[in-house]
Amino acid sequence: MAYQWDFSPVLANAPLLAQGLANTLKVTGTALVCGVALGLVLALLRLSPRRFLSWPAGFVIEVFRTTPPLVQLFWFFFALPILVGIEMTPFVAGAVTFSIQSASFFAEVFRAGIQSIERGQWDGARAIGMRHDQALRRIILPQAVKRMIPAFMERAIELMKTTTLIATISYADLLFAANEVSQKTFRPLETYTVVALIYFVVIFLASQVARLVELRLARSGESTVH
Amino acid sequence: MTILRVSGLTKRFGATEVLRGIDLEVARGERIAILGASGSGKSTLLRCLNFMERPGGGTIALDGQMLGREGRAGERIYRENELIQVRQRVGMVFQQFNLFPHMTAIGNVMEGLRTVRGMPKPEAEARARKELARVGLAEKADTYPAHLSGGQKQRVAIARALAMDPEMLLFDEPTSALDPELVGEVLAVILALAEEGRTMLLVTHELGFAYHVATRIIFLADGAIHEQGTPDEVLKNPKKERTRAFLASHRQFSF
Repeated sequence: MAYQWDFSPVLANAPLLAQGLANTLKVTGTALVCGVALGLVLALLRLSPRRFLSWPAGFVIEVFRTTPPLVQLFWFFFALPILVGIEMTPFVAGAVTFSIQSASFFAEVFRAGIQSIERGQWDGARAIGMRHDQALRRIILPQAVKRMIPAFMERAIELMKTTTLIATISYADLLFAANEVSQKTFRPLETYTVVALIYFVVIFLASQVARLVELRLARSGESTVH
Repeated sequence: MTILRVSGLTKRFGATEVLRGIDLEVARGERIAILGASGSGKSTLLRCLNFMERPGGGTIALDGQMLGREGRAGERIYRENELIQVRQRVGMVFQQFNLFPHMTAIGNVMEGLRTVRGMPKPEAEARARKELARVGLAEKADTYPAHLSGGQKQRVAIARALAMDPEMLLFDEPTSALDPELVGEVLAVILALAEEGRTMLLVTHELGFAYHVATRIIFLADGAIHEQGTPDEVLKNPKKERTRAFLASHRQFSF
């Protein structure tokens, strides 16, 4: 027996899915911005020769890299409030969890990028009297970031997919909206097909944009060859 | 007039003693070529002078000013801020150029003026153009290092060092990474700087160039000054056996 595809009930709920997508992008965007910033800080701390800075940073990174994101989300949403008495909305709990979680991965991307820059670049910067932070900002990071783009993109995609977990604490993201639509229309096959397609399109477009940026950087006359 | 006074300088990397007590006094306007076999400590000596490497022991005085302060165990403690000042006064040119690949030639030369000195852009740019013209690369200002030849890269690196108005220049094997046909253009620039009366220390394997440009030759062996004197004394009439052996091995195929 052939399945009778019918997308019309799902499409009738398009506004619900659109709202879900908007919420997914909100969580992803927040976690991306915070995660990259925090990831850079964690990477710099971890690279510090001072052990009282590098050790705690390494600890945070390892804990968040080695525990399941769903456990982390539940811990922040259900456990932390008991500990400190602060209630978090699902959005805040998700944003915090995914920020730190992605930061621990971005930190490793930053660290690899910074360490891939040859020692001579530090020498050249120091020899004209630059401080460590000036060398990092002006000489090392601009080169490192360029090399990091593919790995960075990989993590960003991973992050967007991980945010679907937020549906489990009743935040109305795209997956949560899909569950609702599916139950309302009794059309799970069409609903989840549409939702998968939405994720595919968004992530595919984003990765194409990243590829363009990469190409433009490579073509702008600069090169890491020297 | 002494610009640099080094006393009892030592340096070790792990178990290896690279410098075993170097005493060196450099007068303003002196041009010293440092020779020695690989592993003799010549690059390390140079890198200690602008604190790219922290000296293990001994003292360095720049322009009569003793650097660092004495710690409890008699060791010297250096503040990063002090070393940053020193590096601006003692310029360095590297074997591998170490140009910043994401900046154009003029961007490389301006970088220290802008970021370290905080000079306004038009002023820094004018100064950088002057330095590029001095090394004969005025027309390459907007070229990225990847599109420059090795000799051109090294000349940009020299311009970058000159832009900071250093009182002394350190050259760490400036032509060793170059194809033979590109060595000449870099040596010509260094020679022009020598003729301006600049103080310079030069680690090199170009014996002929050392002979012509240096006012003093230092031969290092096993991390110590083995022999020194005028180019004629050291290169033509070496007194020590190891100096003779070193020179002989370098002249093996000369004609």
